[in-house]
Amino acid sequence: MSGANSSLGVPHEGGVPHNDDGVPDPGELSGIPRSSAPPAPRPPMAHSLRDAGMAALVALGLFVPLVGLRTDVGPGGGGLIIRTRWADVAILVGLVFAGRLLLNLWTTFRPAPKPRTAQRSAMIARVGTWVAPVLLAYAVLLPMLPGTTRYGLDLGILVLTYVMLGWGLNIVVGLAGLLDLGYVAFYAVGAYSYALLSTTFGLSFWVCLPLAGLLAAFWGVLLGFPVLRLRGDYLAIVTLAFGEIIRVVLLNWVSLTGGPNGISGIPRPSFFGLSFSAGGGPGSFSDFFGLEPSPTHRVVFLYYVILALALLTNWVTIRLRRQPLGRAWEALREDEIACRALGINVTNTKLTAFAIGAMFGGFAGAFFATRQAFISPESFTFIESAIILAIVVLGGLGSQLGVAIAALVMIGGFEAFRDLEEWRMLVFGGAMVVIMVWRPRGLVSSRTPSVSLGKRRAIAAELVGQGR
Amino acid sequence: MAYALQQLINGVALGMIYGLIAVGYTMVYGIIGMINFAHGDIFMVGAFISLISFVLIAAGGWTAGPGAILLVLLVSMAVTALYGWSVERVAYRPLRGSFRLAPLISAIGMSIVLQNYVQVAQGARVKPIEAIVTGNLELWHGNGFAVSVSSMQALIVVVTLGVLAVFTWLVTRTPLGRAMRACEQDRKMAGLLGIDTDRTISITFVIGAALASVAGTMYLLRYGVIDFYIGFLAGVKAFTAAVLGGIGSLPGAVLGGLLIGLIETFWSAYFSVQYKDVATFAILVITLIFMPTGLLGRAEVEKV
Amino acid sequence: MSAPVLQVRELVMRFGGLTAVNQVSFNARAGDITAVIGPNGAGKTTVFNLITGFYRPSAGEILLHGRSGERALHRTPGHRIAQEGVARTFQNIRLFPGMTVLENLLVAQHNRLQASTFFGIGAALGLGRYRAAERAAVDLAKHWLEATRLLDRADDAAGSLPYGAQRRLEIARAMCTEPVLLCLDEPAAGLNPRESEELSELIRLIRASGCSILLIEHDMGVVMKISDRVVVLDHGKKIADGTPAEVRADETVIAAYLGEGDEDDTPAVPLEGAA
Repeated sequence: MSGANSSLGVPHEGGVPHNDDGVPDPGELSGIPRSSAPPAPRPPMAHSLRDAGMAALVALGLFVPLVGLRTDVGPGGGGLIIRTRWADVAILVGLVFAGRLLLNLWTTFRPAPKPRTAQRSAMIARVGTWVAPVLLAYAVLLPMLPGTTRYGLDLGILVLTYVMLGWGLNIVVGLAGLLDLGYVAFYAVGAYSYALLSTTFGLSFWVCLPLAGLLAAFWGVLLGFPVLRLRGDYLAIVTLAFGEIIRVVLLNWVSLTGGPNGISGIPRPSFFGLSFSAGGGPGSFSDFFGLEPSPTHRVVFLYYVILALALLTNWVTIRLRRQPLGRAWEALREDEIACRALGINVTNTKLTAFAIGAMFGGFAGAFFATRQAFISPESFTFIESAIILAIVVLGGLGSQLGVAIAALVMIGGFEAFRDLEEWRMLVFGGAMVVIMVWRPRGLVSSRTPSVSLGKRRAIAAELVGQGR
Repeated sequence: MAYALQQLINGVALGMIYGLIAVGYTMVYGIIGMINFAHGDIFMVGAFISLISFVLIAAGGWTAGPGAILLVLLVSMAVTALYGWSVERVAYRPLRGSFRLAPLISAIGMSIVLQNYVQVAQGARVKPIEAIVTGNLELWHGNGFAVSVSSMQALIVVVTLGVLAVFTWLVTRTPLGRAMRACEQDRKMAGLLGIDTDRTISITFVIGAALASVAGTMYLLRYGVIDFYIGFLAGVKAFTAAVLGGIGSLPGAVLGGLLIGLIETFWSAYFSVQYKDVATFAILVITLIFMPTGLLGRAEVEKV
Repeated sequence: MSAPVLQVRELVMRFGGLTAVNQVSFNARAGDITAVIGPNGAGKTTVFNLITGFYRPSAGEILLHGRSGERALHRTPGHRIAQEGVARTFQNIRLFPGMTVLENLLVAQHNRLQASTFFGIGAALGLGRYRAAERAAVDLAKHWLEATRLLDRADDAAGSLPYGAQRRLEIARAMCTEPVLLCLDEPAAGLNPRESEELSELIRLIRASGCSILLIEHDMGVVMKISDRVVVLDHGKKIADGTPAEVRADETVIAAYLGEGDEDDTPAVPLEGAA
């Protein structure tokens, strides 16, 4: 029993900084392995060189087989043949050597890290107060700004979809502290709900949108109920399993979902009954307002729809955070046992978080379906869940602004590197690792209290729990 | 009856592969309490290293025999272990003692990196390899249905058991194993008592990766084709195996692997091949709901 | 003799083969401070966990005479027990460290606030009834912050408070649930003598407000000074029950603590950190 105690009895084992080697703030590690962080003696040049040499040697071992020896199917279609690429290996090893050396020198000669002062966090808070309005204004005005292309709008829609998904998942992971690796399941439920309801019964987008949200929330409760007493990583893996089960079912239930071929011809949304047909014609948007028919109208309309949905998510989250329910979510993340002792119904509170998060996922899914006009199980793989979770964690758990910035950086950046093709996913994964090592608590890590007697002061990330 | 027996043999061979991967998950979870999401991809890297080694050997004109397989195994273990070590060093060690979700996201990032790195380096197309271990051993012939063990299946079972025997000896009988178990119980205390915890954790990753590479080699020999994406599903299933067996328990991981292999094989044989993954995941969910500590796991008593 | 607020009858708790609590019966009278003492491993915290619904007893009854008359706590779900009027603190402090002191106290009033919001819908719309309820909740929180001298720290993160203040905050948080019975699990652990003295004052103040108190404590100075009644457990069994003076003179109690007779109030064996 005492053995289990060390890891279980202490609340917030992951929440309080572990000072086991005297390094006070994990946020300041900035990529250096702990052993070489200050206050360790700073290594001289020779040591840096030797260390970089070792790194290069390891890199040589890593890259020789996989990069140096490329296997390809032989000309006759028979066995594999090998093509050597020693130059590439040499370049990579050289890069590792140089990178490691520079990193070592940086840790040696950089100015001593300044302790995070109250002044600095106040400065960040001040910057934060104007970043959000500026971003919001930019988002609202984007379609009207000169120089905004069709591609720019499409990218905007994509980013906003992920912002919305991030905000939705933030309720579950950031506020309630429930690690959900299967969020894409609710996105899929929303998308398929709309696609099936509209193609089968001919219901309009505006009727289906709330239905899709409700169905997703219903699935959230259904899936959540049996598993919510699991903690941390177990919950994560069960939600992952649920996400995969739903995807496999969508893939194989051909009579309902069309299987791998998906559902196509999903109706587009209308503007109060006015359609966005390319040819104009009576009853269309362009006809009613006397405009030149243009496909851009629909894109602009879709852009504002997702902007409104995202802002709705944000508004509901901000409101709820200041209400008993939101406070109970955060309390749950901090200490579940204490919540129970205070008479909070832990299961119901978790379920509401799960259901509301799922509902917004469902909204986003319905939007995705109507925007694409085609959906297939391929859009709802585990990697989507991982990306949404990464946006939430990289942005800073519980921080609305951080999540928005992370979605912008990750999704916008991902699209910006379009030309890199297969390399960009590599860069994407690498960025996840680097950002985590650089800022383990995400970009915006402090927490704003929901209520105060005097002036509201941000709470340092080190004190805030991450759930279990 | 004969059919079922044949499925049993197939299931055990498959389960051994899952078990080998599951050991890596369970070891890492035991020692640092994180799901090493990149472990499935380490298995995939191991399979690729073996593939390249086999092709090299064939190009060198050496006929593939037991010696060649042993050589490939050793090369693959060494290189994959280096990958495991590097992943830990780059993506996890800087986050040690950090917030709970940071290593998880880092691990997911690392999994994406490994997959796409192999895709870029080796191409997205599936890589076929000619059958190296052939031959069948007919066990029993009755009612027009032959129950047989292929040499391949026999090889998988023999190699797996051999590797696991060495591994068990390592963990239970050596100072290294004692250090690992001490870190698992209480890392801080182990550090205070003079155990180099960083080194111990590194070695855990090295061993886990080496075992996964054996699984990778066996997978390659058994199925003959691999691609850069095989790690994800194998990884999730192996993790399921680790959970089913009781996470943190090494015999549990092997037992869980066997069970998952059997369930998957029998499900495919008697119900539906399409939904075999659903069966695996459903078992994961059911186990966690009704038996969160798995078959051989320690009960976690929540202290109030 | 006043009516009991809590009746524990023949309570049994087994963990596998181990009987942690064996046929324990006692009453806590309304308006009293009842202390439960005993050596390490006597089963005190287990009794607490049974009363507050964290464990289900293997046998026996726990009856609360609270807001809604007699209630069988051993059949009440965990979160309902607090709603019936039993609040508790924990041996290792369990605050919400990343939330402010004030937020901690508002979470404690969750059920009342939630009811006033039509379960969230009214609150989201910002209805007046919720605003009034929240104002009342903040006032109650302020009252207990004043009583625990934490008012000036109201907007600080609970996790940033010094240890003694965290102990007081946990008590204030429990009191914000407006309990009829407050269960304190070693509230004086880790406090210096001056802080223990203040704690005794606080406990008396709470009793004066009409709340009965059940107390596990190792600091015999505190126990003997403030308790009206002392229940002594050893090896899961009750070995004595009476006023502090009676218990102090009890041969079995002295034997249980020291193995032999000793007149000292404070046990000579260190009793910190009972599990």
